[in-house]
Amino acid sequence: MKYLDEYRDGKIARTLAVEIAAVAKRRWVLMEICGGQTHTIMRYGLDELLPSNVELVHGPGCPVCVTPLETIDKAIALALRHDVILVSYGDMLRVPGSNSDLFYVKAQGGDVRIAYSPVEALKIARANPDRRVVFLAIGFETTAPANAMAAYQAKREDLANFSMLVSHVLVPPAICTLLSSPHNLVQGFIAPGHVCTVMGYQEYGDIVRDFNVPIVVGGFEPVDLLEAILMLVRQLENGDRRVENQYVRSVTYQGNSAAQQILKDVFEITDQKWRGIGTIPRSGLRLREEYAAYDADRIFNLELITADEPAECISAQVLQGLKKPTDCAAFSIRCTPENPLGAPMVSAEGACAAYYHYRRRAIAS
Amino acid sequence: MAALTCPTPSTRRETIVLGHGSGGKLSAELVRDIFLPAFGNAVLSKLNDQAIVNVNDSRIAVTTDSFVVKPLFFPGGNIGSLAVHGTVNDLAVGGAQPLFLSAGFIIEEGLSIEILRKVVASMQEAARSAGVQIVTGDTKVVEKGKGDGVFINTTGIGLVPNGLQLSAELAQPGDKVLLSGPIGDHGIAILGQREGLEFESAIASDSAPLHTLVAQILSVTAGIRCMRDPTRGGLSSALNEIAAQSHVGIELDEVCIPVRDEVKGACEMLGLDPLYVANEGKLVAVVDPSAAQAALAAMRSHSQGSEAQIVGTVLSSNPGMVTMRTQLGTIRIVDMLAGDQLPRIC
Repeated sequence: MKYLDEYRDGKIARTLAVEIAAVAKRRWVLMEICGGQTHTIMRYGLDELLPSNVELVHGPGCPVCVTPLETIDKAIALALRHDVILVSYGDMLRVPGSNSDLFYVKAQGGDVRIAYSPVEALKIARANPDRRVVFLAIGFETTAPANAMAAYQAKREDLANFSMLVSHVLVPPAICTLLSSPHNLVQGFIAPGHVCTVMGYQEYGDIVRDFNVPIVVGGFEPVDLLEAILMLVRQLENGDRRVENQYVRSVTYQGNSAAQQILKDVFEITDQKWRGIGTIPRSGLRLREEYAAYDADRIFNLELITADEPAECISAQVLQGLKKPTDCAAFSIRCTPENPLGAPMVSAEGACAAYYHYRRRAIAS
Repeated sequence: MAALTCPTPSTRRETIVLGHGSGGKLSAELVRDIFLPAFGNAVLSKLNDQAIVNVNDSRIAVTTDSFVVKPLFFPGGNIGSLAVHGTVNDLAVGGAQPLFLSAGFIIEEGLSIEILRKVVASMQEAARSAGVQIVTGDTKVVEKGKGDGVFINTTGIGLVPNGLQLSAELAQPGDKVLLSGPIGDHGIAILGQREGLEFESAIASDSAPLHTLVAQILSVTAGIRCMRDPTRGGLSSALNEIAAQSHVGIELDEVCIPVRDEVKGACEMLGLDPLYVANEGKLVAVVDPSAAQAALAAMRSHSQGSEAQIVGTVLSSNPGMVTMRTQLGTIRIVDMLAGDQLPRIC
């Protein structure tokens, strides 16, 4: 299949791995930001192909994983209301809140529906004028433009029974937070290709300069990731610190200006809580005042619902690349996808779930 | 240093959720924790797709299946043809000649008689072409809103030739795993129809009776250990069950597993793995290595097995686990899913 097979080619992948081994003279710790990239790394066993002195640690870019506990609790509170239809992306339904998850709320009669796009939530709202339809709008800069568009469209149509529970997060502030930590181990980043398809990579120049780390925008297929790793290792070995773009078939420097515009029109930047990490200043998006009528937080008075994460959760360290999922005592014993103790075990993109599904324990040869 | 902990488990597991019907780990838990302790006996505990019981000198295969598919009509079939094929196939993979079916209908108030007529006509046609008779039935009607149009249960009875032993606990290290054709067609056809997704080329369900394909394979070799039709939960669940029952490992070879480009494309778009997507007309067989080529040739000479492949090998290592050599040459686990595959956010 075009655009897939050539990026999953075993021969090309192995050649790249050999080249990485030849270039890497010293020990380097690299982080892929995005959960989709983590998923590919584990699914294809890319870390097995790498030399032992090039280590991958996994970043906070799983939108399901970093959605704060209180957002899940708010969604559950909404779904329990008889007048509400809660519409969500599928993999949010299994994320444990403080006392329940959306699958169980659904089993208890809550009207929870899975959608592939916020456009479907709009359709549901139009078809059910007597019900209040709330879309759980989460994700990075990738999903944000479509969600912004849904709010824009709802306002244009004056669709009074539609609103969004927004918990959007932004990548560059998260990278800065990781790099500012005294515990940081990461020496180079693979930036998420889909986020950069929207935002471009103009935002990364300052990070490279301020923190002296190379950043390569990478795609999601095995060959993309190995190429990005090679580009990072080359820079590190040569003492370069630049932003490079591996994912040229999708990403431009400027990004998608129409998508950026709708983001600006509908959302404003806000301080944001990240599950497992805490609050990062100016790292999230919320609906602008003009869209207050579509903000579920405001119209349902949900701002009162708060929840605190347990203080000693290793998922915080996993999401910052300080620990691997297998370092957790509960991993695959008390914490499994059937009974997830923390969010990174829930989504297919969560680092813990990726390890569990593809690399649970040493596979005997 | 403080003990490593994750947030306390919070979700109660005392309620049925949709995932309990997905054919994955949650379904297996229900069988293990609720049904087996109550009903357990030597026949049931084999956990095959069909039970084989001895009555006088006859070996009778019995199986039952309920069909709750939505939408009722989809490219390549409908709930009626599916209800016949599903049960015929559960008999066939035990080596049984399917003979008789029952048909139980749970109909939702408000269903048009015309739709019921179409469903029944297609059951009749499917039964005729599968060589089975529908010899008993039942009808119940539930209130509007208490069902999706119509649910159908079929029970099937067949005869197993004397001496033939096919069972999920019989796989042995060294055996080969054969697959009769491309996976994922049924699940993607249903999903496409349900979600109103428009694919460039239509993806039709593979719903079909497998008994003649099975008969063809059994006629050329006695080296078949067990067979499955990998329905809900997909190829992965079927093989995980065999690996668990036989206490063996199974290693798949990714490059050998046939998946149509259309299905692959739809799965990429939807964030699904074809290994977990349902099939309704595919056969997996675990075969003695010395019989593998003959069985493969027999599969390929049948119209339903023309794209058959040897897709894996049974190992003594990693008992109970399915692994896969990826197209990059690395090894990964092919796990059984907890519940349904969930569409990913991005």
